[in-house]
Amino acid sequence: MRKCLIVALAALFLAGPVPAVAQDQSDEGAGAEQFIPITSYRTGPYAVGGIPFQDGFVDYLKMVNARDGGIEGVRITWEECETAYKPDRFVECYERLKNRGERGASVFNPLGTPLTYAVIDRLPADKIPLITLGYGRTDASDGTVFPYVFPLMVNYWSQNTAKIRYIAGLEGGLENLEGLKIANVHHDSAYGKETAPVLAKQAERYGFEVEHFPVVHPGIDQKAVWLNVRRYRPDYVILRGWGVMNQTALKEAARVGVPADKIVGVWWSCAEQDTVPAGDAAVGYTCSTFHNNGTDFPLMQDILTHVHDAGDGTGPRDAVGTGFYNRGVINAFVTVEAIRTGMGEFGARALSGEEVRWGIENMELTDADIAAAGATNLVPPINVTCADHEGGGKVLFVRWTGESFETASEWLEPDRDLVRGMIEESAAQYAAQKGITPRTCES
Amino acid sequence: MFYRETGQYKTTYAADRAIFPIRQDRVAFAVLLLVAFVAIPLLANEYWLRSVLTPVLVFSLAAIGLNILTGYTGQLSLGTAAFMAVGAFAAYNLEVRVPEVPFLVSFVVAGLAAAGVGILFGLPSLRIKGFYLAVATLAAQFFIEWLFTHVGWFTNYSTSGVITAPPMTLLGFSFESAESRYLLTLCIVVVMAVMAKNMVRSELGRAWMAVRDMDIAAEAIGINLMKTKLTAFAVSSFYCGVAGALWAYVYLGTVEPQAFDVLRSFEILFMVIIGGLGSILGSFLGAAFIVLLPIFIANASGVFGDALSAETIAHLEFVIFGGLIIVFLVVEPRGLARLWQIVKEKLRLWPFPY
Repeated sequence: MRKCLIVALAALFLAGPVPAVAQDQSDEGAGAEQFIPITSYRTGPYAVGGIPFQDGFVDYLKMVNARDGGIEGVRITWEECETAYKPDRFVECYERLKNRGERGASVFNPLGTPLTYAVIDRLPADKIPLITLGYGRTDASDGTVFPYVFPLMVNYWSQNTAKIRYIAGLEGGLENLEGLKIANVHHDSAYGKETAPVLAKQAERYGFEVEHFPVVHPGIDQKAVWLNVRRYRPDYVILRGWGVMNQTALKEAARVGVPADKIVGVWWSCAEQDTVPAGDAAVGYTCSTFHNNGTDFPLMQDILTHVHDAGDGTGPRDAVGTGFYNRGVINAFVTVEAIRTGMGEFGARALSGEEVRWGIENMELTDADIAAAGATNLVPPINVTCADHEGGGKVLFVRWTGESFETASEWLEPDRDLVRGMIEESAAQYAAQKGITPRTCES
Repeated sequence: MFYRETGQYKTTYAADRAIFPIRQDRVAFAVLLLVAFVAIPLLANEYWLRSVLTPVLVFSLAAIGLNILTGYTGQLSLGTAAFMAVGAFAAYNLEVRVPEVPFLVSFVVAGLAAAGVGILFGLPSLRIKGFYLAVATLAAQFFIEWLFTHVGWFTNYSTSGVITAPPMTLLGFSFESAESRYLLTLCIVVVMAVMAKNMVRSELGRAWMAVRDMDIAAEAIGINLMKTKLTAFAVSSFYCGVAGALWAYVYLGTVEPQAFDVLRSFEILFMVIIGGLGSILGSFLGAAFIVLLPIFIANASGVFGDALSAETIAHLEFVIFGGLIIVFLVVEPRGLARLWQIVKEKLRLWPFPY
């Protein structure tokens, strides 16, 4: 037995590098194919969100290949790498995939704030852009300091200003915010703490009071936190959770008597996976998104006909239209449109990371473009510029009815003036720390 | 046939005490060093250097640290990741507050800071043993993670709590490329591994092992238990601290306290157990096994192509990994180092075993 083990081990270590090399070659010389690396987490504490998100992402790419034969005729290829939401494993995936494909990795979508932080410093040297759709480092919205990072649509700070506006709407105007007590129940991590500065700034401006309640990862036990929240007697609770923390928070809130309709969540606390397990405790709970849910859009119908009806669906068909699934679709949609923009400049062929970066930076999706893509009301228009890497999305609030999310607001415009100043300040500080000379943007 | 010490006489005490008493071993070790220092940087691509071999080396160092404490001194610890965190944050804070300090000095300070914290959390070991001590060191794990998350001073009041390591330059040379970072890690790890090997062969190491085997007997033969246990904690934490600083500076470049959670402590404990308790070589083998196996499985499953869904592959990785660990512990509880020893014994008799 021991002998077998020794032989097996020796074979394993000798054979180890071989498949990796073999795969490298299989990607080369296969004609014009655009490679998109996919880093996903289908295991670990956050897999509950990671699985439907990646299914949506991959399904959209499959749909573009099936319906249009690729982007401008260039077929899309991809490879998935499991990160388990751990920065070190993401770095390993990033290094593994960055030279795959004809012209290297086009663009990474890390899907995780800690993962984003782990590679930001490597991007300029590797000339690979990063799209962090609705997460990541907020001050990276300043394209002069972070040329390779794109926190597209709406970053956390903008999202938070929209949330305060939503609360003001419920209270009957921004002037009624004065004297309100808001509890910020957040995941105790880089992601969770990201909104603290903007909340402080807004509290100062509008005269409300904020108290922060951190929840330790992964957030399975929150009894003590919610007892403190109740003692604070907040008028509103902002839930900034992730993964299993969300359903626990909703259940605990109901237990201590914080009504669900006073809880407003971020979009990472805004999916069926969070509300369904909480049962009745979640009815009336409101949360923000930067895209719409459901399947009543031509783009989503195309996925159903071209991918799921063809028997090629990545995940279960029921998942199509749910929060995380649609977010994955939108993420892939934005990625594909950015590559399309790049192809408009550089020609319909496989693009390098630097060319895709140009594509993202010059991407402008007007109402007409979005209508043509069959995504009207699914996503708001986007206009990315050299200096503004956020692209000007809007925020929608949705309410859980017990069965599905219903729209609870119009598309709300974030307070970009306030946020932009803070972003530039924070980015300038980062640039000074890192010795980066910000580039100048024309116009 | 090849591996036989016939004709090799030890004529001096120095020869008798050598780390590698047999010439074949010395040659093999020299070849290994040559491969590690020359061949690998020349042949391996950036992916292997940066994201496979560098973390293997860093984990090896942390595993050596834990092995000194658990394998040699018999003090079960679950606070390894916390001591790594202390090292990472100490190096960062020194660099941020005193930018003139060369980074190598801050690595040493990182080790010393971790050693100090290690002694502090090693104090319960004077009273309690075994699983109870493991629980006490678990307190270190949770407390230190909490401290770095909640006290802004440690992260220089960064809003997100994620620290970014300053660039590493030494005498005008900037350690940016994958090769230079790999070689830097390799140098530090080799020097510290040799030091560890010599330490465990010295009076100190023998005292550690005596305490491990039976502390009452050790005390009876005149070993100071307090001093021995606390030096083990200090040395172990020093190694972990340097490993933490390397992890932050050389490998990831950014660090948040969550990177050093209790799962990381368990991971290093598994490395030590699978590699072999009480073996420096085992620390390297264990780290290589734990880091390389998931990567190998992920790469190997690519062979199946579209036949397996990405989800299945991700879970398959856990199944195979867990299964192999159980197989190992059943077949050879003393770890990979013991397997290597068996190989050497067999080679010595080959081709005429009796």
